[in-house]
Amino acid sequence: MAEILIRNGFVIDPTRNINGDVADIAIKDGQIVEGVGSKAKVIDASGKVVMAGGVDVHSHVAGPKVNVGRLMRPEDKLFKSPHNQKNYRMESGFSIPSTFKTGYDYARMGYAFVMEAAMPPLHSPHVHEEIHDTPIIDQAALPVFGNSWFVFEYLKNEEIDNCAAYIAWLLKVTKGFGIKVVNPGGSSAWAWGLNCLTLSDPVPYFDITPAEIITGLMKTNEYLGLPHSMHIHHNDLGNPGNYETTLESLRLAEGVATKNNFGRDTVMHSTHIQFHSYGGDSWGTFESKAREVMDYVNKQKNISIDLGCVTLDETTTMTADGPFEHHITNLNHLKWANTDVELETAAGVVPYVYDKDIKVNGIQWAIGLEMGLYATDPMRTFITTDHPNAGPFTRYPRIIKWLMSKQAREETLASFKHTDKVIDATDIHSMDRELSLFEIAQMTRAGPAKALGLSNMFGGLGVGMDANVGIFDLNFNDMPADPEAIEKAFSRACWFIKSGEIIVKEGDIVSHGNKRTIWVKPNVAENPQVIRDIQDKFLKDYSVGSDTYQVRDYLAPNPYVIEFDVEA
Amino acid sequence: MAQITLKPTKVPELYLEGYNITPDAFAGKSLMEIADLDAHEGKIKVKLGDYFEIAGQSGDTAEETAINIDGDCSRIKYIGNKMSAGSITINGNADMYVGGWMKGGKIHVMGNVDSFCGIAMEGGEIVVEGNAQNHVGCAYRGDWRGMRGGTIRIKGSAGNDIGTFMLGGTIIIEKDAFIHVSTHAEGGTVVIKGNVQGRVGGQMVKGDIYVLGSVQYMLPGFKKVGSVEQKIDGTEATFTHYIGDLGERHPKSKGKEVYANLYVQEA
Repeated sequence: MAEILIRNGFVIDPTRNINGDVADIAIKDGQIVEGVGSKAKVIDASGKVVMAGGVDVHSHVAGPKVNVGRLMRPEDKLFKSPHNQKNYRMESGFSIPSTFKTGYDYARMGYAFVMEAAMPPLHSPHVHEEIHDTPIIDQAALPVFGNSWFVFEYLKNEEIDNCAAYIAWLLKVTKGFGIKVVNPGGSSAWAWGLNCLTLSDPVPYFDITPAEIITGLMKTNEYLGLPHSMHIHHNDLGNPGNYETTLESLRLAEGVATKNNFGRDTVMHSTHIQFHSYGGDSWGTFESKAREVMDYVNKQKNISIDLGCVTLDETTTMTADGPFEHHITNLNHLKWANTDVELETAAGVVPYVYDKDIKVNGIQWAIGLEMGLYATDPMRTFITTDHPNAGPFTRYPRIIKWLMSKQAREETLASFKHTDKVIDATDIHSMDRELSLFEIAQMTRAGPAKALGLSNMFGGLGVGMDANVGIFDLNFNDMPADPEAIEKAFSRACWFIKSGEIIVKEGDIVSHGNKRTIWVKPNVAENPQVIRDIQDKFLKDYSVGSDTYQVRDYLAPNPYVIEFDVEA
Repeated sequence: MAQITLKPTKVPELYLEGYNITPDAFAGKSLMEIADLDAHEGKIKVKLGDYFEIAGQSGDTAEETAINIDGDCSRIKYIGNKMSAGSITINGNADMYVGGWMKGGKIHVMGNVDSFCGIAMEGGEIVVEGNAQNHVGCAYRGDWRGMRGGTIRIKGSAGNDIGTFMLGGTIIIEKDAFIHVSTHAEGGTVVIKGNVQGRVGGQMVKGDIYVLGSVQYMLPGFKKVGSVEQKIDGTEATFTHYIGDLGERHPKSKGKEVYANLYVQEA
């Protein structure tokens, strides 16, 4: 592979505490190296910011519910699908872009890694086919465990070792990355037309509570020593007053210690926390509890979060939280898709329009940003939109603009129909903090890479790391007065190098890259009981056989496998 | 008003997507610039000048521009797409999507139109002297926001799916219609002066339908509530008044549920 030398950029690399120093970055054979020869291709980055490739900790970009969204929303593509362009594959869609548009759009923003945030294990072959079809970016997928019959049965009896053996088996057969938990117990209760809105609501039939599921899965995660922590979408998403359930759920991390060899300090990743930080007891009294939640997150050092910022767009909600999607279609009367995934999970899809002239949507917008601004540790606070639930991932540059500029926030706030009511229900108007480029690099690069246990590869520009480098048109010493210039710069990287290959050259995609699927293979001692339980479920309950269940190697043809032995 | 005349010179092998045949695109341009406007034939990008002889002069604004198409447009789609003002006269037939997403101005078609005439229209006026195929004034596939304003008058008959997801505006079909009228509508008025086969007002939330002929098969979700004298589009008559669709949700106004109205002229 060719050698590349990126010269004279303002380097921002929190992993080495470098903040805007003018330096060169040398690349050889897909990695960052000390230096390269005189024949290396030279890219002049003078006057521009140089950062590691972005790392997205939570995004719904592949799999059945994404595809259901594409199928049920042809209008998402209307006038948003440019005619064929030279050297590009056709791109279509806005909130649920086609696989090619997904890869291109992330590359244009300088992102190198994206985590598909919810993989129904039964449908993992589809997830991997779509991941394979998405160019450029490295991807992994988190199978969902929070409503699994296996997990319920093991954790009900506190059999952490059996739960671990089952999860190790499932990660291997689905080529999964870690443990995702969506509305623990609630999505399973949905099969009875019920939900688990508090941590003590028992799951019908299984008689286990969300609190037991959460604690058990955190312990299982550390028993296995997985790269990532348990990754949770809390109970009671999206409802006024839900912050108390969120705090109760976060507190469960207090009793769990981290154990892993991947440099991770956290035991719980609390995702799209904006949706879980609501006060009030009705939509009329709806208000921000960002401060209460962030006060706790700031002091509880073994928790990481991502924001799930509302971007005020027309978008498509999709989640394994089946009862929530039913709730939302009753609120907005728009079309609804609903499914049950046997033994494992549920899911739903409903379009949603976040309207700046609706008070509640304005307050939601403010809450997401407040959480970013209240964060005292950007290494544990990551920028997301829970794509596409709170907005499309292509709005990350806009969120960065809002976080970096009070002026930009005030301009948006002033454009609302109910500006005063939004100000009354939130803190956003009084918050003067403006994040620095260093903090943005922590929230979008170094932080998520560390929480995912991938800090040896992603999130920084140290020698030996993967050569994922974005170059952005921002002068570190003379930042633009107009916040729009920040959004513009992060929307279109001038250059983006992924795994040592030039992908974006002067703003245009020039290569489909060499994407990889990253998955985790923890080797546990043979567990006869769990093997028997799995065989039993496939005989008695599943509608497929265990042979057809697994993800064959050809579905993930460019794997990067993190394999390790679990010490019992 | 400045007038531009387009004379078709060649029949496209596929269909021509003439999305730039609008007063908005033509306004303030020279004949050369108009001939240089993009169009698509299949996936191939072409120029309007490849398909038309262009004469006359455009106005400075869309409002001051009248487009006259002298010939058959049976293989040309998207005429008047998103237009905001001015006028288009088609002396012949036109293909799909005439006046789609139109905001203002007037389109007059002397012949027939194919499907999706006035799709997601917001304002302005479309008059078709002949017949229309399906989906007159409907919403785009999947969209819940259909026609919001303006008027579509089809002097002949029309096919199925008229005014789907309609929110406002008026559609008048002077002869017969096939099936599916105002499905999912939440506003607007559809007038059918001839007969309609059935499925009138399915899942309709709000809005009005007038049928001056007969409805062959009524939907079970509509309930007869009385008889009313009404004047609609110049016709004064006695109508049987139905409300519905009772199987659909309905908003409340001043404590009372608001239903969609179906008026069928009494024989």
